[in-house]
Amino acid sequence: MNPKPKSWLKQQCYRFASVIFFICFIVIWELICRLAEVPNYILPSPSSIVSAFFSVEFSRWMTHLGATLRVALIGFALSILIAIPLAICMVRSELLSRTLYPVLVVIQSTPVVAVAPLIIVILGTDDPSRILITCLITFFPIVVSATTGMLETPEEMIELSKSLRAPQYRETWQIRIPYAIPHIFTGLRVSITLAIIGAVVAEFVAAEEGLGYFIQFSTSYFKIPQAFAGLFFLAGISLLLFKSIHWIQAWLFPWSLPKKSKY
Amino acid sequence: MSSNNSKAYVSMKSVGHRYDPLPDAPMAVQNIDLDIHRHEFVAVVGPSGCGKSTLLRMVSGLLIPSHGEVSVFNLPVTEPRDDVGIVFQKANLLPWLTVQQNILFPLKHKYGNYSKKDEQRADELLKMVGLEQFSNKMPDQLSGGMQQRLGIARALLLNPDILLMDEPFSALDALTREQMGFELLKIWEAAPKTVLFITHSISEAVLLSDRILVMSERPGTVLDLIEVDIPRPRTSDTINEARFTQLTNLIRGHIYEPQA
Repeated sequence: MNPKPKSWLKQQCYRFASVIFFICFIVIWELICRLAEVPNYILPSPSSIVSAFFSVEFSRWMTHLGATLRVALIGFALSILIAIPLAICMVRSELLSRTLYPVLVVIQSTPVVAVAPLIIVILGTDDPSRILITCLITFFPIVVSATTGMLETPEEMIELSKSLRAPQYRETWQIRIPYAIPHIFTGLRVSITLAIIGAVVAEFVAAEEGLGYFIQFSTSYFKIPQAFAGLFFLAGISLLLFKSIHWIQAWLFPWSLPKKSKY
Repeated sequence: MSSNNSKAYVSMKSVGHRYDPLPDAPMAVQNIDLDIHRHEFVAVVGPSGCGKSTLLRMVSGLLIPSHGEVSVFNLPVTEPRDDVGIVFQKANLLPWLTVQQNILFPLKHKYGNYSKKDEQRADELLKMVGLEQFSNKMPDQLSGGMQQRLGIARALLLNPDILLMDEPFSALDALTREQMGFELLKIWEAAPKTVLFITHSISEAVLLSDRILVMSERPGTVLDLIEVDIPRPRTSDTINEARFTQLTNLIRGHIYEPQA
């Protein structure tokens, strides 16, 4: 009962669905801007955005990109370093999890945008405050996914460990953590895009460089095509980071991917 | 092979368990008395939820019974023992480890490492269960039957004297299941162990075991303890013997009309 084989054209349609959609979207956008003669400062056409992108020097892009990536990636890495051990502790001690979980939820449900100015006041306008802002927004999904994964370890695997009377740290290290890997990576994928958001929010509040700063600065000078160029650049970087989490997972833990990976 | 060795090896004395500590909570199992001899193969059959697995967990030391006492060689079981191997319902393999790492996992997990000699032993076990060519594969590349063979080989790694099997073949299809039964017999005859084999297949129990403990519905109690006097070695022809049919009918009668 195999489904009927798809025609070549249909196959390609499925394969490049998102690319085709994106191209159509850009073409329609361009047409609307040209035909309706929308002024550039309201909605720039894709072609003007592209020319704005190339009118900015490459080295300037790299400086801004470097600043944003630095904050986002250091914040993200720090988040992992805090979140995973925290999750381990919370899985091993019910008391700790009861104590900390509400605190984490409160931190998570407080809008980072609202807290960012306060953090800048307290920690100053340098990288540390921007990194802290990024951390605050990224670490919750990692804690939750790691905790969930470790707690979902099948009872039989735990019984295997118990029947061997293995020390508890090996139960954690050799059973619970590997079991949680797919969960953790789901959390990491969510988190890495949040890391970019965190870095940009922080740059909006206080920064002298970075893509977020670049967008804000371009808008305030009414260089709207340039702001859009920055925005698309940022989105592209975000997508690339999201993808690289997947690549890292496929490289280090190929067994943890679903048999037929959908994305 | 059954009762010529009169010394009780695994012994249960009026064992019972309730999971809920309240005094009027229902018992999961009740009043189980059973002596298993050394290198005897005992099967436990009964309807779902009759506490068969509870019984196995009490022998393994993973669960301490709230009533009565389980002992091995006259020593009460208070924690998991080193000379017990467990084969779980679904093979319970670790999907992040290769076949070889899975079979060596008990050593790695218990002691933190293993020696070249252990690796040789693992290879021998893999050969015994016919998986020597698969040692670098991942568990999800194996068929269900191969996975469970690996599960059995892993339980044998520490060379246990007691093998506890918790419905080990229930996840397999009927054909594979029958094959696995004969393979288990071969393994057991080559290296005798005391086996407690939980199953809800009556014919499987008759085919494999020396004695069969038939349990009632919850709270699980002993309905009968049946001596399987079919000579060994047993083969696929055993199923056609009159005694085989007689015994399976006897057990079926017990399970379907327990109060009669």
